[in-house]
Amino acid sequence: MTGRTKLLLQAASVALVASLVALLAWQLATKDDGAGLVKAVKRGETPPAPPLALPRLDGDGEMSLASLRGKAVVVNFWASWCEPCKKEAPLLEQAWQENRADGLVVLGVDARDIRSDARTFARRYGITYPVLHDGPGSTLGHWGTTGFPETWWVDRQGRLVGYKEGQVTQEDLDRYNARALGSR
Amino acid sequence: MRRTVAALALLAALAAAPAALGSEAHPTLADLEDEVMCPVCNTPLEMSQSPAANRIRAFIRLRIDRGETKSEIKSQLVDEFGDGILAAPPKRGFNLLAWLLPLAGLLAAGVAVTLAARRWRSARDPAPAGPATNGRGPIDPDLERRLDEELARFDA
Repeated sequence: MTGRTKLLLQAASVALVASLVALLAWQLATKDDGAGLVKAVKRGETPPAPPLALPRLDGDGEMSLASLRGKAVVVNFWASWCEPCKKEAPLLEQAWQENRADGLVVLGVDARDIRSDARTFARRYGITYPVLHDGPGSTLGHWGTTGFPETWWVDRQGRLVGYKEGQVTQEDLDRYNARALGSR
Repeated sequence: MRRTVAALALLAALAAAPAALGSEAHPTLADLEDEVMCPVCNTPLEMSQSPAANRIRAFIRLRIDRGETKSEIKSQLVDEFGDGILAAPPKRGFNLLAWLLPLAGLLAAGVAVTLAARRWRSARDPAPAGPATNGRGPIDPDLERRLDEELARFDA
């Protein structure tokens, strides 16, 4: 092997290793930071809500959290195969009906689910609030969602003011809805 | 020998082809269960009994009963869950790297081993220096000159 070929091979090896290191760094830099949000809200902080823009489950275009700025939003992550989701769905629907006039929106996010199953679920449990669909679950990491159901409360300024892991209760809804609606 | 091996490989390929074609046209649940992931547990579907996995099984069964092909069913699953639902990444775009990098690695390793073997062999068997000497060292130039003179005298 000539000295030049050897040098070229060495340069190619260094370039390959450098590109792999760059790929790793990019992966780490763009890693979802949802777990940090959960900790912050549990500490009583009010970080800004991550972006959320997805197609609607009913197929009627796309909807984003940003379009609801000025309203209090209950963001509920669910899936049709999740048992606790079935139990909390009527409570969320009731909260939407009772508070929508005051500016509260319940926004469902159906994730890692089959669309037809989710539509059947929505009909069966009488869900009338808007539901978005995230089949691949691409938003879950940004919101720190690791299971279903999980619910976040966003105030009128777009800040996270409440979080519940697992099935919501009436007590959770009363407490966090008031907090989200409180700041005008 | 090479011809026998090639013939055997061809026979094996021909024997496997109808099964593969049958699996594509008329798949069973088992044919798809090891090619599809459970999106919640991140394991192949065949290893999961989670509610989400069971719903995906029902989705697949329904389409098998409708007579859909394996590719059609996988395409619908990708439409629902994205590429991540497939156990093996699709051979396109950035995912192509997952297929090419191991091949490139194997190729590079092959080249490296070949080069190392060549170098090792050349170090072990140094090239013969000059004419053959019957296993003894080269003749002393002075001795060679004297030998040539003696032979010339003898010829004369």
